[in-house]
Amino acid sequence: MRNKKGVPEINAASMADIAFILLIFFLVTVTMDVDTGITRKLPPPVEDNTSVDLNQRNIFEVLINSANQLLVEGKPGNILTLKDETKNFFLNPNDEADLPEKKLENIDLLGDVYVSRGVISLKNDRGTSYETYIRVQNELTKAFQEMRDELSVEKFGTKYDKLVDPQKQEAIQAVIPMAISEAEPEDIGKIK
Amino acid sequence: MGRFREKKSGGLPKVSTASLPDIVFILLCFFMVSTTMRETTLIVKIRLPGATEVQKLERKNLVSFIYVGQPVRATYGTESRIQLNDQFATIQDIQGFIAVEREARDEADRRLMTTSIKADKDTRMGIISDIKQELRKAGAFKINYSSKKAAKIR
Repeated sequence: MRNKKGVPEINAASMADIAFILLIFFLVTVTMDVDTGITRKLPPPVEDNTSVDLNQRNIFEVLINSANQLLVEGKPGNILTLKDETKNFFLNPNDEADLPEKKLENIDLLGDVYVSRGVISLKNDRGTSYETYIRVQNELTKAFQEMRDELSVEKFGTKYDKLVDPQKQEAIQAVIPMAISEAEPEDIGKIK
Repeated sequence: MGRFREKKSGGLPKVSTASLPDIVFILLCFFMVSTTMRETTLIVKIRLPGATEVQKLERKNLVSFIYVGQPVRATYGTESRIQLNDQFATIQDIQGFIAVEREARDEADRRLMTTSIKADKDTRMGIISDIKQELRKAGAFKINYSSKKAAKIR
């Protein structure tokens, strides 16, 4: 008599509970944090010490010693003013003789623009703390980011990272390249 | 008329919960796909430095991580150590590590690979410089100094 009814229906009411428990397990175990950081490109290794001929006025020297103190262009520096000093150096708004030269270049979408030849040279000691190094890198990145934003607003009306057209981004990059050069590691200004 | 009144007497109709498991399973699947499980257990202490100009790491499957920091267990000393995968490593191991990581990826994706350096903020730069030199020799030029997004530094 019973077999005539066929397979009895399984109660699926607890299915939702089981799924919820699984869901909560995943929510707890997974890490939602996105990895963020400062991106840099390393230069390819050099075989012999070929010195690149760079005019002294084109180099902005930033040194960090093992006590995490800054030496900017031969003078004790401050991390709070580093960004503005970098911008002032790179853009050279008043065409001063000891700040980098500028070259007139023709760039797509922008036409003839002055491109600064300035290079930021960053040197650190083996004893420098990583935190200080990152802070300096952060300030330098911010300086370049702000210069790109300013140029982008002036030329295209939007901030650099809001530019949709990759060609426009490339044009801005050509005028303001991320010119940070890191020296081969060496010990400088050791304080015992 | 009597027929209609009979129907009303049943009170509120029952809402069918039969689709509830399906909804929850879809949620579950979404979470399983969109998140990545932490596959390495850290054996070094890492407190990331803060920075304001951080960029998101895209394409996580193309990122290899190098961890630097003090060992969690005091028996291994207090000097900063390098962790690759699940174990301590030395500077000399980095080139091999990069080669293995590169082998594991598609040919086309290899030049997009990024090396993320996750180092404790109290690490000395000496060890980081050594790592950078090894990465240059290994041809892994794209690096990322892992740091937390901070609203403002100090």
